[in-house]
Amino acid sequence: MYLLGDKVKKIRSKNAGPFWITIDIFCGSKEAFKEVRHSLDNIQISQLFQIPGQTLKRFEIESLNVIKFSFPRKVIQGHIHDRDMHGAQLAVLLSELRL
Amino acid sequence: MTITKVLVPSGVLGLGFDIEALRRGIKNKPDIISIDGGSTDSGPASLGSGTSKYSRAAIKSEWKTLMQARKEANVPLIIGTCGTCGTNSMVDWMEEITIELAEELGQSLKIAKLYCEQNIDFLKNKLKINRIFPLEPAPTLNVHLLDDLSHVVALAGAEQVIEAINTGADIILAGRTTDTAIISALPLMNGVDPGSAWHGAKIAECGALCSSNPTSGVVIVEFDKTGFNVEAMSDSAICTPESVSAHMLYENADPYILYEPGGYMDVTNACYQSINSRKVRVQGGLWVSSKKYTVKLEGARVSGYQTSLLVLLRDNNYVKNAIKWTEKLSIFLSKEIKQRMNLDSQEYSLNFRHIGLNAVLGDLEKNIGNPSEVGVLCIITSKTPNVCTEIAKLINPFLLHFPLTVDEELPTFAFPYSPVHSDRGCVYEFALHHVLELNDPMDAFQIKTLEV
Repeated sequence: MYLLGDKVKKIRSKNAGPFWITIDIFCGSKEAFKEVRHSLDNIQISQLFQIPGQTLKRFEIESLNVIKFSFPRKVIQGHIHDRDMHGAQLAVLLSELRL
Repeated sequence: MTITKVLVPSGVLGLGFDIEALRRGIKNKPDIISIDGGSTDSGPASLGSGTSKYSRAAIKSEWKTLMQARKEANVPLIIGTCGTCGTNSMVDWMEEITIELAEELGQSLKIAKLYCEQNIDFLKNKLKINRIFPLEPAPTLNVHLLDDLSHVVALAGAEQVIEAINTGADIILAGRTTDTAIISALPLMNGVDPGSAWHGAKIAECGALCSSNPTSGVVIVEFDKTGFNVEAMSDSAICTPESVSAHMLYENADPYILYEPGGYMDVTNACYQSINSRKVRVQGGLWVSSKKYTVKLEGARVSGYQTSLLVLLRDNNYVKNAIKWTEKLSIFLSKEIKQRMNLDSQEYSLNFRHIGLNAVLGDLEKNIGNPSEVGVLCIITSKTPNVCTEIAKLINPFLLHFPLTVDEELPTFAFPYSPVHSDRGCVYEFALHHVLELNDPMDAFQIKTLEV
């Protein structure tokens, strides 16, 4: 068991326009990339962010050792129930995910 | 074919850049200086109100430096998305600042303004003849929604920016443009392969964010027949194949595909190579033209008015039971509001955020610890500012004294200031995620020129 944030170099999240969130996991090495690619599945991501699985996009970018997820925002950016205008703190949920 | 050099001083005007790096950029003899002036990233208030997120003083001081650099380089200077949101009011605001500076600096200039704001009747007609299409996910669009919008802008692409450059202006003040169009326009005019023109533009759109030192700001992109080179201008920044290619991830839902007016770029097979310790060469980006010419629309409308209050809990029992306390308080308050103001809960929103527990993540939070204090931020939203202030004043004594149990002495919590309520005025929401089809790229845009 380990925390994902301890295994990889950096995890960041950000709006991709007002209607989407995108998350980049910079694994930092081939080994970490392989390990995370294997251990982190899409169901875990949809559960963590409470989003429907069919809206989740996953990209594995081997040349950069990056795994990327994008999904429509649950609450549109700036809506009265939005809690994080830039969506940049959502990455913490992944950093603190136990694998 | 000659090389086209585009100097990008930073990701956005107002955020600052390294002056020495800008000087080095000018020594490299750029053909144009391009800088972005905005984004939706700070939220809907800028577009909703048609105002800038950055201070006028910050914009003016940086614009002054860039106007001096332009004069020295004797090339066009272009800013895209003036005043954060790119409304017509913000193009005129930049014009006012530019004229003031031209006088202060003793510069004679030709200025071109590219207006991108959309007329609601024009859009209603386009909606009627099915020329507006939703992106995923999009709010349902109808005439009532269009009537509600306080501002709508269309994102200009390279075609409209090229029209503005063709006026021969020294300075181009553009309303809402895509971040990339202000960089790709000149290379496209000069016959650079569109795949490389757009790819280079995307890489440089945030200035030195594609380098090892993002805050240094300045990068230069050299476009040639088969690709482009990108180099950071600061001594402290280097571009590597990793730093450059990683920029494709940034704020992009898809790391390979980027939609622009008139088509999309596909960098799936692009190749990034170090030329020397500072510079990266990129080739292999593709441009795919679309059959229809579409531009993206952005619109914001008033979602209501807001008043907020902040109360701080330090008493151990209340800190431990903070969520339970607000649940009980919330039920109590909705009854009080109904009874005293005759307002049903659908007519306002009373939202509590627990700072120290889960204010950022809400239900998604998995790591609630044992804080010594909790801030309860209470956000009231309703249709009028008066109702918000009235609710705030009505709930004020209960936020201060509401007890968890009936048999205890009345507690008193900490208000950090007086008055405790802050009227936040009007709040906005993004209400469009659509594209507009045009027969001619200039159909939804206007260019005006003037000499000062």
